[in-house]
Amino acid sequence: MNRETDSILPLELDGVGYAVQGRRLLQGVSLRLEAGTRTIVLGPNGAGKSLLLRLCHGLLEPTEGLLRWGGASGLAEQALRRRQAMVFQRPVLLRRSAFANVTYVLGLLGMPLVARAEAAMAALDRFGLADLAARPARVLSGGEQQRLALARAWAMEPDILFLDEPTSALDPSSTLAVEMAIHDFHVAGVKIVMTTHDLGQARRLADEVIFLSRGQLIEASPAATFFKGPVSGQARAFLAGELVC
Amino acid sequence: MLDLAAALSSAMALVTSLDPQMLVIVRLSVLVSGSAVLLAAVIGLPLGALLALSDFPGRGALVVAINACMGLPPVVVGLVVYLLLSRAGPLGEFGLLFTPSAMVAAQTVLVLPIVAALSRQVVADLWEEYGEQLRSLGASRPAVVATLLWDGRFSLLTAILAGFGRASAEVGAVMIVGGNINGVTRTMTTAIALETSKGDLALALGLGIILIGLVTAVNAAVFLLGHVARRRMG
Repeated sequence: MNRETDSILPLELDGVGYAVQGRRLLQGVSLRLEAGTRTIVLGPNGAGKSLLLRLCHGLLEPTEGLLRWGGASGLAEQALRRRQAMVFQRPVLLRRSAFANVTYVLGLLGMPLVARAEAAMAALDRFGLADLAARPARVLSGGEQQRLALARAWAMEPDILFLDEPTSALDPSSTLAVEMAIHDFHVAGVKIVMTTHDLGQARRLADEVIFLSRGQLIEASPAATFFKGPVSGQARAFLAGELVC
Repeated sequence: MLDLAAALSSAMALVTSLDPQMLVIVRLSVLVSGSAVLLAAVIGLPLGALLALSDFPGRGALVVAINACMGLPPVVVGLVVYLLLSRAGPLGEFGLLFTPSAMVAAQTVLVLPIVAALSRQVVADLWEEYGEQLRSLGASRPAVVATLLWDGRFSLLTAILAGFGRASAEVGAVMIVGGNINGVTRTMTTAIALETSKGDLALALGLGIILIGLVTAVNAAVFLLGHVARRRMG
């Protein structure tokens, strides 16, 4: 797949908001996610980071505003979904082998049966899981499970990968493995959109930063600019490690 | 006391010698209950999954009704199926009354709510866990149902075996719609009821021993299955 010319990106959000029973959890978010870069979403707990990811991915419908995939004219909802992948904080793996977890999504994507095994093994091998292919996915360690979730996403060949605090439950070496995996995706041209609480990780990975607070977009700027001198008081306080909410 | 001891020893003799008359009865029991459970699973598993995954007006009431039906009295089910299948009934023209088919139908009605209610619970719990991920993967509705049924396979098998336990142990429904005809519709439970009232305690006890053995074996299988599944699949 040629991700440069064929991508569903950019994704444009125009005044996107989300409310539950009158409580506005996210409001007035307008931004543009370009292909190729790594966007890190930062903000205190409850700022709406995970919510923003779920709205972008289409797991939730915005209650206000519009979402538009620039390169996806004429693609149906499900076809659009299949060009995106998401890795959750706690990986949800099926009760079958690691290998079968990957071939399962290839089946969903309509890959012919004969091609699945090779593609699945390639994805597992890429993330150092080839030896564990036959093991039941749910008895793998936390780090291995998250790498399997990444291998599964890799096999889908997405245009964009959402990651919702993928390393917050992992030890340092597993975190490193996940960051290297994210790097692999980036090098392959996959757009990265990720939330994290780990500022060090954000500095290591970010090309640009989206800073949310209390359900509002406060800043969206290149990473270098953001970390050197954030414009808003909230972001300055957040970076300085103050308790903001 | 003496009677009981004598009956027990001749019962054991019947069991160990694999008495042909007894084997006919055991075979029919297993066939009838097995077919009923198979039918109930074919209908009940997708029905349970559908109830777990879809939302429509009256869904809650239907769930409550199905849960309540898990405790249906077998004699009442037998009576209703009897009325449906009797000559004057709406399904009378098929001539099914007092045949094994009628017994399978009645037991299917008994087992179906158990399979549907338990599989609804299993699938709902799995959906809670998998829902977001499966939607993220773009799984279609039929793919979701198939995935959840397969991933719940061990729990669902437990539900099905629970249904088999209920079917093989009940006497009221098969007695009414089968008629307890020797060699045709006589099952272990109806034979036990009859032989006890006739005073042939040996055959009744022998069948009772086999029935208990069967139910114990089924439950042991359920236990082992769950144990192995938890260890292997997490």
